[in-house]
Amino acid sequence: MDGHHDRDNFDSVTGHSTTGHEWDGIRELNTPLPRWWLGVFYATIIWSVGYWVVYPAWPLLTDATRGVIGYATRLSIEQDLATLRDFRAAQSKGLAEASLVQIKADPDLFRVAMAQGKAAFGDNCAACHGVGGAGAKGFPNLNDDDWLWGGSLDTIRTTIQHGIRFAGDADTRVSQMPAFGRDKMLTPGQINDVANHVRAIAGLPTQPRADLAAGGKLFAENCAACHGEAGKGNREMGAPNLTDAITLYGMDVASLTETITNSRNGVMPAWGGRLDPTTVKALTIYVHSLGGGE
Amino acid sequence: MAVIDADDLPLFAPSKKVYPQSVAGPYRRAKWIILVLCLGIYYLLPFLRWDRGPNLPDQAVLADLANNRFYFFFIEIWPQEIYYFTGLLIIAALVLFLMNAVAGRVWCGYLCPQTVWTDLFLAVERAFEGDRRERIRRDESPWSLDKAWRKTGKHAVWLVIAWWTGGAWVLYFADAPTLVRELATFTAPVSAYVWIAILTFTTYSLAGIMREQVCTYMCPWPRIQAALTDDDALNVTYRYDRGEPRVSVKQAQRLRAEGVPAGDCIDCNQCVAVCPTGVDIRDGAQVGCIQCGLCIDACNTVMAKIAYPTGLIAYDTDDNVKRRIAGHRPVYRLLRLRTAIYAALILVVGGAMIYQLATRQTAGISVLHERTPLFVKLSDGSIRNSYTIRLLNKRPEERPFALTVSGLPGVRIETIGPQATADLRPVVTVEPDSSREIRALVTVPADVHLEKSQPLTFTASDLFAGEIVRAEDHFIAP
Ligand code: SF4
Ligand code: SF4
Repeated sequence: MDGHHDRDNFDSVTGHSTTGHEWDGIRELNTPLPRWWLGVFYATIIWSVGYWVVYPAWPLLTDATRGVIGYATRLSIEQDLATLRDFRAAQSKGLAEASLVQIKADPDLFRVAMAQGKAAFGDNCAACHGVGGAGAKGFPNLNDDDWLWGGSLDTIRTTIQHGIRFAGDADTRVSQMPAFGRDKMLTPGQINDVANHVRAIAGLPTQPRADLAAGGKLFAENCAACHGEAGKGNREMGAPNLTDAITLYGMDVASLTETITNSRNGVMPAWGGRLDPTTVKALTIYVHSLGGGE
Repeated sequence: MAVIDADDLPLFAPSKKVYPQSVAGPYRRAKWIILVLCLGIYYLLPFLRWDRGPNLPDQAVLADLANNRFYFFFIEIWPQEIYYFTGLLIIAALVLFLMNAVAGRVWCGYLCPQTVWTDLFLAVERAFEGDRRERIRRDESPWSLDKAWRKTGKHAVWLVIAWWTGGAWVLYFADAPTLVRELATFTAPVSAYVWIAILTFTTYSLAGIMREQVCTYMCPWPRIQAALTDDDALNVTYRYDRGEPRVSVKQAQRLRAEGVPAGDCIDCNQCVAVCPTGVDIRDGAQVGCIQCGLCIDACNTVMAKIAYPTGLIAYDTDDNVKRRIAGHRPVYRLLRLRTAIYAALILVVGGAMIYQLATRQTAGISVLHERTPLFVKLSDGSIRNSYTIRLLNKRPEERPFALTVSGLPGVRIETIGPQATADLRPVVTVEPDSSREIRALVTVPADVHLEKSQPLTFTASDLFAGEIVRAEDHFIAP
């Protein structure tokens, strides 16, 4: 009986013993787990017990077991953040104390300001002005050298601080171009003449049927007060230079007609209320360094 | 038919403890010399000084991981030049292949750290426990005070050597004298102790305990080597044409007198006794043999003693043995297609590396075009592109670089930030052994005709040393 059993449990092809299980003539070889494997397996179980004790492990109703060393990922993140804040504070201290001109002249401060300004720009300004300050129609390109309100360090800072036509800031930059067409100050024909005159002083071709002389006269009467006789603009009033190669709303007749008819009054928020003075400084340095700073 | 319990099946053949006997001879001497040279270099090199000037470390060989620099005598490598290591590794592999094509596992027998340290550990073992016979006898005998102190002494010295091995390793990653002082006063970084512990463990277990098992079971080289070798590679060979049949000296004389052929092998087993891996070379080439040549020394000693010609075991090929049996002359072909190709490749790669090193610049420039916006039109109609330029200064002193740009009529460059100028060129000062990033604006006047994109060359010239580096990029227009 026993001998028979033994023969049953031995597979002569492989030289292995079998488990004695058999399905349709297919017998299962007895290949136990290697001892070292089992050893490691039990060791990990023991290890896990230690783990429960040392680290947070078991979820409770409102909390979880804390573990004896008091480790928590949230704590370590808080520590990291505190370290970061301290680091930043040390870096920004110099910025807070120095004037814009001093920052611009000091390589180290300049580096910090640029880094901080770039980050702040991405968070706050890029939505309208584009990632690199590239601008779009109606949103000035900050890389060029054409400024509505001035491109010096101080004027840039004032613009960032108080915004443009921003209702919530008493010192905001204001200027308002009349809506000459909508308010019936000029007829469509006159508007067309003015538009062509503007193109003429910008050195662009004009429409043959336009009356440039009339346009010139109308410009002198209605526009020159802000834009100047020659259309060179006036930064005190945020009146753009109409003769240079840069335009915010377009210099084609249709765009010009739209601008003269309905006027354009872009708005920029005053950041002074939302950002601390050091960040505004850093932003100023960053914008100033984009290429057009004066 | 016996029932075999799978549990009892070992994963590999049970290891027989090898008790290599001491031996003397030219191969043994060569191995000692190589051992002293290799270990001497390994243990002492970190202390060698090399003056690089005030701002750089003065350690001849240093992997400065914290600052991303690698120093090797007059060479300083930056992370982006890691291809030097690639080149070095390629050469190392090719040299290994060439050695293998010439004489099989020379690497294993003489140069491999596993072999060198095992040799050292065996020497220690011999010093404490005596030669082969004595060691076998003591291992078989019951524990005694004598056995205990010899074993303890041996393991203690092994551990010291292993610890020293790890200690020397970490010295390559920091200023050696400082680190030694820190280690001694327990103020060194934790990682240093951890690495020393790891290497102590590996050295002790690999060279002290596992020894030939590493070569037979763990190391990939014997497998690769077997696939790379050919019939003309010299191997430690038992010349069975001369050795067989094995008979004693007296019997050989008698047989020969009767006109019956007799071999020169007297079956003294000396070749097996000295073998560090415990194999019998007379069984032919085998994976266990690391080709250290010690059996040659052993056999030659025996042959000299019984006044037979030496060289019964020698560097030879199996083909030559067969040729001699067939009555032909042996053929040694050192110059073959594969040795020639390996040698040529070594020359090519080595030459390329030497050329690279000789023409290596100590400055560098890389340019990245700003994408937002790609270009800007200025109020006077001129077009401007901005770039981020990175200047590298690989010298230990501060260097001013003048930036110029060329390739377009009237093109101008200016940099952002507090900068000096020289002859209207912006000057960027880069600190010793570091790099500096700077934003630059490049402007082309309105009257220049521009395509959508045109090539542009940036040049940085060292105002003092005159070194010039260039980078190409593009100027984008509407
Ligand atoms: S087999 Fe591997 S470990 Fe052993 S000597 Fe050769 S290369 Fe070294
Ligand atoms: S057989 Fe000879 S060459 Fe091979 S490992 Fe042993 S002693 Fe060295």
